Amino acid sequence: MAEKSLMKGNEALAEAALRAGCKCFFGYPITPQTEIAAYLSKRMPKVGGVFLQAESEVAAINMVYGCAGSGIRCMTSSSSPGISLKSEGISYIAGADLPCVIIDVMRGGPGLGGIQPSQADYYQITKGVGHGDYNIIVLAPSTVQEMADSVTKAFDLADKYRMPAVVLADGLLGQMMEPVAFDDAEIVMSDASKKPWAANGHGNKRKHNIINSLYLQAPELEKTIVDRYERYAEIEKNETVAVSDYCDDAEIVVVAYGSTARLAKSAVDEARKQGIKAGAFRPVTLYPFPKNELNEAVKNAKKVLVVEMSMGQMVDDVKLAINCSKPVEFFGRTGGVIPAPAEILAKIKEMGGND
Amino acid sequence: MRDIRKLTIITGHYGSGKTNFSVNLALDTAAAGNRCTIIDLDIVNPYFRTADFRDMFGEKNIELLSPVYANTNLDIPSLNIPLQSILESGNNVIIDVGGDDEGAKALGRFAPTIREFPDTDMLYVINKYRYLTKEAEEAVQIMREIEYSCGLMHTGIVNNSSLGTETTSQTVKDSLAYADKVSELSGLPLRATCAVEGAMPDNAPEPYVIKRYVRTLWENQ
Repeated sequence: MAEKSLMKGNEALAEAALRAGCKCFFGYPITPQTEIAAYLSKRMPKVGGVFLQAESEVAAINMVYGCAGSGIRCMTSSSSPGISLKSEGISYIAGADLPCVIIDVMRGGPGLGGIQPSQADYYQITKGVGHGDYNIIVLAPSTVQEMADSVTKAFDLADKYRMPAVVLADGLLGQMMEPVAFDDAEIVMSDASKKPWAANGHGNKRKHNIINSLYLQAPELEKTIVDRYERYAEIEKNETVAVSDYCDDAEIVVVAYGSTARLAKSAVDEARKQGIKAGAFRPVTLYPFPKNELNEAVKNAKKVLVVEMSMGQMVDDVKLAINCSKPVEFFGRTGGVIPAPAEILAKIKEMGGND
Repeated sequence: MRDIRKLTIITGHYGSGKTNFSVNLALDTAAAGNRCTIIDLDIVNPYFRTADFRDMFGEKNIELLSPVYANTNLDIPSLNIPLQSILESGNNVIIDVGGDDEGAKALGRFAPTIREFPDTDMLYVINKYRYLTKEAEEAVQIMREIEYSCGLMHTGIVNNSSLGTETTSQTVKDSLAYADKVSELSGLPLRATCAVEGAMPDNAPEPYVIKRYVRTLWENQ
């Protein structure tokens, strides 16, 4: 590993994209993720890539649609209200089976909401964002290093399964600074050489490729969707990732993702010091949701606590994943308010964690 | 830190640790018995700002002035800071400027007032471990861009090199030659080498032991 740098989460996301061979970035500024665009506007020209500030989020995601169709690795980034604007484009990209990476650094909503961190877009992101029967891969890092690593992984998964992949962060992760290291490999911009489906010019040497999401014959459309769901089944089988801490003997397992997982872990560490048998479970992939890992983690638990920066969204997936086999409670702050470890600890105690 | 002037302006690259340095300086200035005003002039950064320490400043009788921006209903900052009258009040004044030349634009508005004020320091905070200022030449270039943007010249360098929570005395030690080079290239004196307690190398010039006030909630336990 190379020497460590101190980087903002947003900067680490941007640098990681370059290093993953992302040749084109299309974006539009919005707090709290604008550093991604600012950083790439400086770096992209130096490594032979393209930085383009579009006239809107809608334009940016449709540029991604076109670029992805040519087989080049490309990315856009935004924050909650901007992701809503991109939702139509994301649906088209999924419907055309194209790989791309989308970064969402969540802020408070609904509407313009606020600029402080939030996780209130869990439903939106993990349920595909736009219209239609489809899924997108969602990775939820919780450190700056992991944010960088997630971008690489998102590009790889997107290419492997030919679908959009999202790195889901929040304003706190985007703005905070931590040491991060990248490997020393030279930056190599991606091309379409391993993508026989790419619409990048057939040169009269092969049949032309078509990028399309329109199927007017119902049985034909049904078949494309059913085929896609077979891929989703593979993803759900092979690509789940989660981290468990002290779950083996835990009576209360606290489930949280992203920056909230670090607050929850901090509360669980303190609970352990006070002799309370608490455990921490962190889904790293939100789609596919780590159902088996969660069931294993709560095997010996009496209760489950879900903590989010929202009014409670992932809590539904937790209940479904464990088939309501244990009582599941929720604690959250929303609108940009960050739950304090002390508040989480108080909730653990209220749930009988100090019996 | 030695020889603190009546007006200290703190600039630097994004994430160099300007705000943490400013907070330390304000608390030390107040602890030395001076009336102190800290001005948060950061119009760039929405999070981890001087204004986050409003309550702590209140307890220490430090006056805080900040643009109407983050934590309010404004998405665009508005600056309503009567610098002239604050300087005339006789308080020690610390101005925490936003990152890079963009952040320094807000300072430019006050340049005529600042040029007239005799007892001024403008300190450039550097961090060897920040991605875009790892080379002394890069750090000096950003310093010049800040000066060009605000129309004011720096008077000193503050070496605030750190890797956040992973900082050790070796981390700081490895930055001393870098700080010397920035000082040499810019022709400005090194005014402080910052480190948290336990991480200050023995041979550090102008050592200034600081505390980490800018931190995440999970570190506060």
